[in-house]
Amino acid sequence: MLPYVGRRLIATIPVMAVVAIVVFMLLRLTTGDPAAIIAGDNATSQDVAAIRERLGLDRPLVEQFVIWLGRLLRGDFGESFFFKKQVSELILERVEPTLALATCTIVLTVALAIPLGILAAWRRGTWLDRIVMGFSVLGFSVPVFVIGYLLIYLFAIELAWLPVQGYQRLRDGLGGFVERLILPSVTLAVVFVALIARITRASVLEVLNADYVRTARAKGLSELPVMVRHVLRNAAVPIVTVIGVGIAVLIGGVVVTESVYSIPGLGRLTVDAVLARDYPTVQAVILVFSVVYVLINLLVDLSYTFLDPRIRY
Amino acid sequence: MRRGNRSTVLGGTIFAVIVAIGLLAPLLATSDPAQIDPTVRNKRPGAERTVRGDDGRARAFRFWMGTDTLGRDVYSRVVYGARVSLVVGVTVAVVSAVAGLVIGLLAGYLRWLDGLVMRVMDGLMAIPSILLAIGLVSLSRAGLRSVILAIVIPEVPRVVRLVRSLVLSLREEPYVEAAVALGARTPALLVRHVLPNTLAPLVVQATFVCASAILLEAILSFLGVGIPPETPTWGNIMAEGRALFRVFPHNILFPGIFLASTVLAVNMLGDGLRDMLDPRIRKRI
Repeated sequence: MLPYVGRRLIATIPVMAVVAIVVFMLLRLTTGDPAAIIAGDNATSQDVAAIRERLGLDRPLVEQFVIWLGRLLRGDFGESFFFKKQVSELILERVEPTLALATCTIVLTVALAIPLGILAAWRRGTWLDRIVMGFSVLGFSVPVFVIGYLLIYLFAIELAWLPVQGYQRLRDGLGGFVERLILPSVTLAVVFVALIARITRASVLEVLNADYVRTARAKGLSELPVMVRHVLRNAAVPIVTVIGVGIAVLIGGVVVTESVYSIPGLGRLTVDAVLARDYPTVQAVILVFSVVYVLINLLVDLSYTFLDPRIRY
Repeated sequence: MRRGNRSTVLGGTIFAVIVAIGLLAPLLATSDPAQIDPTVRNKRPGAERTVRGDDGRARAFRFWMGTDTLGRDVYSRVVYGARVSLVVGVTVAVVSAVAGLVIGLLAGYLRWLDGLVMRVMDGLMAIPSILLAIGLVSLSRAGLRSVILAIVIPEVPRVVRLVRSLVLSLREEPYVEAAVALGARTPALLVRHVLPNTLAPLVVQATFVCASAILLEAILSFLGVGIPPETPTWGNIMAEGRALFRVFPHNILFPGIFLASTVLAVNMLGDGLRDMLDPRIRKRI
């Protein structure tokens, strides 16, 4: 097991390297002087010169990359000219709302999508199956922000059950925190539920005809234990894989949802930074999200051995 | 009708209607989509006003979907918005499919290239596509071309992966081996024997790319980083409607319905095509 973990960790290095190169090149590919862009519109020529010096822009590209990467690895993402702060600080401030939203969404998704997928597979071809699959195609197609505004209109404006927008930190009270998290999480969960329900149905269907399922039924086990203990366990690997891959969809959704609900998280920060052309922040946020995505998928890979003891490395 | 057929026909029909709307936009629109008129700001759907024609006679003019904060007719903007979505969707699908096909064929067949290309593709896929697209559009002045490019780049790796995996299995097929044994050179082999067999799954994948491109363009415009706000696109109309959403939800509702139906239609088309063209690839996508 341990050598396997080591090998998988090493395998992520080239992926991370490509991500770093792409993000690094992002600023170098802009039309114009990167130093002037980072300095912003109100900078003096001294500011620009200082930034050029600091980034080593007069040196060869490879050397610049090494300098930049070295700073990154020490947690130095540079300074945001727009927010007038260290980017690393900025990101730390914005982590809580995003983390809360993402966690809530994943919990909600798993709780809804897996039972729905199992039900659809179990009652294959019936109206129940058709409703679940229809919802799944619909969930893929309706944009996150349209769902967001529909929910706001229905539950916050017409029915006035929940607050319209905003975010409340956890330390300022649990009630307000949860209340303001419900609509965004449901919004974000729709597309994710569609994805997971679909794959759950497909992988359950595949297992359902296996001999051991027939045996389990033949020995008199009722349907629920058959589904949970025999079917779901064997269908788990593809489901967990898609949850991992789906994190990319989730991250994209976070960017949009936070904008719709005015949640001051990392997604909102991304959009604000792009609109302000605050490149150090844009680079940092893209890097952070990508690293999280890669790490989650690494965990997913490692989880296979627990989910399916037949998989050995 | 088989399931695949039904889905294709329904999806295809809705898509054809949207294409027709886009093509006939100048005829369908009731006014210039860019025309700003401060006297009719924020009208509700169905609101009427009388306009005096050139001959001096009064004529009733109806805002079918209301107007936005600048007094532009939402219906006309939605109709014209279909054009942008379709152009982006189709262009991105075609460009990504062609680029992905070429790269995928080469990577799948030339072993020395494979490692390098796939590492780059893995790296690109590690960046969530919305973020990569947002980062890329921020590079240059926003416009149709830069938006298309910013959406193509995150989509290409997915096509490359599909084509490469197809090539890897195809190259083991007896007819490819036979062609090699008969002395076919690599370019001819790829074009004549491998390429035709990748087309069906490629078309299916391109359809899904088209759906996701339409969605991505709308998201970029909605966030304010896409196509310039004066251009009527569904995302822009919705972005415009955000501020007064509580009072005038129609600015988000109508373009939202059009956007969702279009994406739904393209996805259904893709699902149907997949079931029809090749049942074996169901699991792969």
